[in-house]
Amino acid sequence: MCAQKIAEKPRPEVAEEPHPMESILRMERIPHIWCPGCGIGTTVTAFAAALEKLEWDLDNVCIVSGIGCTGRVAGYMRLDSFHTTHGRAIPYATGIKLGNPKLKVIVFSGDGDLIAIGGNHFIHAARRNIDLTVICVNNFIYAMTGGQMAPTTPPKGYATTSPYGSFEMPFNIPHLAESCGAVYVARWTALHIRRLTEAIMEALQKPGFSLVEVITPCANYWGRINKLGVGLDLMKFYHQNSVIKHGEDTRNLGIEFQKPIVVGKFVDRERPTYLEAYNKRLAERLGDKFKPYGGEA
Amino acid sequence: MTEIRFAGFGGQGIIRSGIIIGKAVSIFDEKFATMNQSFGPEARGGACSAQIVLSDEQVLYPYVTVPDILVAMSQEAYTTYESELGEGGILIIDADLVRPRSTGAKIRLYTVPATRFAEELGNRIIANVAMLGFFTAVTGVVSLEAMKKTIPSLVPPGFLEMNLKAFDRGYAYGQDVLAGEKAEKTKSPLKRRNYHVR
Amino acid sequence: MKADPKGVLTGSHYLDGDHACAEGALAAGCRFFGGYPITPSTEVAERFAQRCPLVGAIFIQMEDELASLASVIGASWSGLKSMTVTSGPGFSLMMEHVGLAVMTETPLVLADVQRGGPSTGLPTTTGQADMMQARWGSHGDYEIIALSPNSPQETFDFTIKAFNLSEKYRVPVLLMMDECVGHMTEKVIIPAAEEIEIEPRRFYKGPQGKYLPFKPDKDMVPPMVKVGDGYRFHITGLTHDERGYPDMTVDCQEKLVRRLVDKIRKNADDIIEFEEDGVEGADVVVVAYGITSRVTLRAIKLARKEGIKVGILRLIVVWPFPEKRIRELARQVKALVMPEINYGQVVLELDRCACGQAEVVLVPHGGGWVHDPDDILYAIRQAARGKRVGEGIVEYHRKKRG
Repeated sequence: MCAQKIAEKPRPEVAEEPHPMESILRMERIPHIWCPGCGIGTTVTAFAAALEKLEWDLDNVCIVSGIGCTGRVAGYMRLDSFHTTHGRAIPYATGIKLGNPKLKVIVFSGDGDLIAIGGNHFIHAARRNIDLTVICVNNFIYAMTGGQMAPTTPPKGYATTSPYGSFEMPFNIPHLAESCGAVYVARWTALHIRRLTEAIMEALQKPGFSLVEVITPCANYWGRINKLGVGLDLMKFYHQNSVIKHGEDTRNLGIEFQKPIVVGKFVDRERPTYLEAYNKRLAERLGDKFKPYGGEA
Repeated sequence: MTEIRFAGFGGQGIIRSGIIIGKAVSIFDEKFATMNQSFGPEARGGACSAQIVLSDEQVLYPYVTVPDILVAMSQEAYTTYESELGEGGILIIDADLVRPRSTGAKIRLYTVPATRFAEELGNRIIANVAMLGFFTAVTGVVSLEAMKKTIPSLVPPGFLEMNLKAFDRGYAYGQDVLAGEKAEKTKSPLKRRNYHVR
Repeated sequence: MKADPKGVLTGSHYLDGDHACAEGALAAGCRFFGGYPITPSTEVAERFAQRCPLVGAIFIQMEDELASLASVIGASWSGLKSMTVTSGPGFSLMMEHVGLAVMTETPLVLADVQRGGPSTGLPTTTGQADMMQARWGSHGDYEIIALSPNSPQETFDFTIKAFNLSEKYRVPVLLMMDECVGHMTEKVIIPAAEEIEIEPRRFYKGPQGKYLPFKPDKDMVPPMVKVGDGYRFHITGLTHDERGYPDMTVDCQEKLVRRLVDKIRKNADDIIEFEEDGVEGADVVVVAYGITSRVTLRAIKLARKEGIKVGILRLIVVWPFPEKRIRELARQVKALVMPEINYGQVVLELDRCACGQAEVVLVPHGGGWVHDPDDILYAIRQAARGKRVGEGIVEYHRKKRG
């Protein structure tokens, strides 16, 4: 109630100028729910900038999210957007893409959503080379629910369900993606806005399963529980400890607690997409009886 | 109503035989035919059986209770199902694959070398179709025309001719047996039961 | 609207229920199938895999049942009529997305070829023990539509009916088959496309700026758009307002969930379908569904030969339940008998609706086979004798021979 009242009042200090990303954000839903110092907003900015630069007809662009802080991204984008169930954004997006292959479908979700509960879908979509761009925001923790351990939490990292520090081996997401068949894999942090925007543009233009991992600060949980300071401190850490190594062997991309983070573009290769392979194989076997599948828009 | 069990082992075309009979009766003879296959651990590789219930009206209970006709194409099938055959029921066995024990049961036993016919025609895989020819001749539950119309839709096109030959061979053999049975019957009606044909 | 001839395999066929389900779907205009093979529903997926490329539809074998139903919801929003099929444990895994489809009012069909359970249970034999899971399986409160065929022909017909209902009410529709019907092969007549009536999707045709994805029409069902049409809509599994935006308030919950429930309850007379025979003047009415309704007919024939006045009410739509009709019947008969292949599920509804007016008799079966008609006959005989009202659900057990 309170927030609504404040929003209704005219705020003269805010200029009448439109928000620069008004055309692509659902302004009626702003302010968003993310905490101060969070890196998701920055990632969304990079994504919005990428779409703007590509000058695509946004009516044909669709975004799907799962559950979690990053899961809320879909709801803020002025696109056909889906906020689905925990972990299932990728198969949901697969259905949309196969239902209408003319669409550009983006999955925008968190590390826990995509790699833990949704891990099986992630590896299979990469294997099939479904034409999707996956933007995975990795903040090392389940933030929306108050800071529980994730499959990306580095050893010695604290979380409410690893109160003595994690001892599990975390997933190296770029390596997982490459091993499973992704055609484009990059990692940047929320600090590298320009490079992140470029990576998202490249990923969006790449036919097949592309992945951009974005290391983002979670000040309220990851930062607080691990006594790493506020959002700005985490950004400073990225500034001092990010090492750009394009083409680095993805086996070397594991992230250790408060150790340097290797960023860059690691994989950019060609492989037939699911539908290309489907159409090729069925045309071979069925000849004239088969019309290449293009979906009915 | 006629209840039929077609039994043997995996790979003999047992289920396919059930489908052929069912389709012939329901599509071309325009009666009701419900076909069910025994699933279960045994359905992969080992013993295998198809149940077909034929009727002039809708089949309500979809399974065989007391079969009127049992076709056994393996010793195991014979051993498993022989005892459920009803009084006056028809038992058809493959001459070379089943050795019947003599029982006092009041059944009509027919023996046909279906697998041998198939081998003579070049492929033992069509033994079931030779058996279907014999079945059609001796049981009379499905018309010859219906079977002839059905088979082309349920066998691989390249093997149709061979299958039809096997069917005809079995059918002719069945007609001969019936003729012999008729002759036998006029001579001595008492010998009808447990009639062995070798 | 008439069916698109591309998917209609007109003619007389000898098909099992699983294959008939796939043909019914293609005839109904289904053009996306995402599924995961599981006995005894696998043959549905196999038929789709073979047929989809020939009719311009797409088949994908997903990595599990969670993914299967998620992909089906996604494809439905892309504008394709979509379905999946499962059995046993797969049905449990799909429950999460039954809820999402209900909440986001996504039309789709989910066929469950029931087998014996719990857990892995009896994978290759029949059961009817998922009926309450069909009704209540996903968390939260909702109403759903479930149909139950008893032959391959009905499986074909009801699959079309299921698609039509799902489009009309924007609700996932469950086709509650069972292993016996799924694996039973019988004649299936597929009519010409122009004889098949299809409910088209209710597409919103208004201006882009005005579209509210969850603003209902008079019948409480909102029109739909699809991805890529420029409406830039938002869909969420969270409690949402008419714009589709999350609004996690008590008021919004009341408005939304009330409507999700009411669009089925208040249209129940239009949705509910059953068949009756010999009900007027009967002492006993057997209420049955699926394969059991067919086996029951044999018991009824035998009972009538004995002079028992017995009728049958056969549920075509099991959910929503024909509450009004059962209340009427309960006032007219001595007993209502329900055979089902479980230890008492739909009979709970029967008992609730009978309100102590008639004796309610359950003929249970643990699964793995259909009822012996003699067991149903025995219960009919016992029920015809007296009226033990107020004792809850009664079971009569025939002494088995040998």
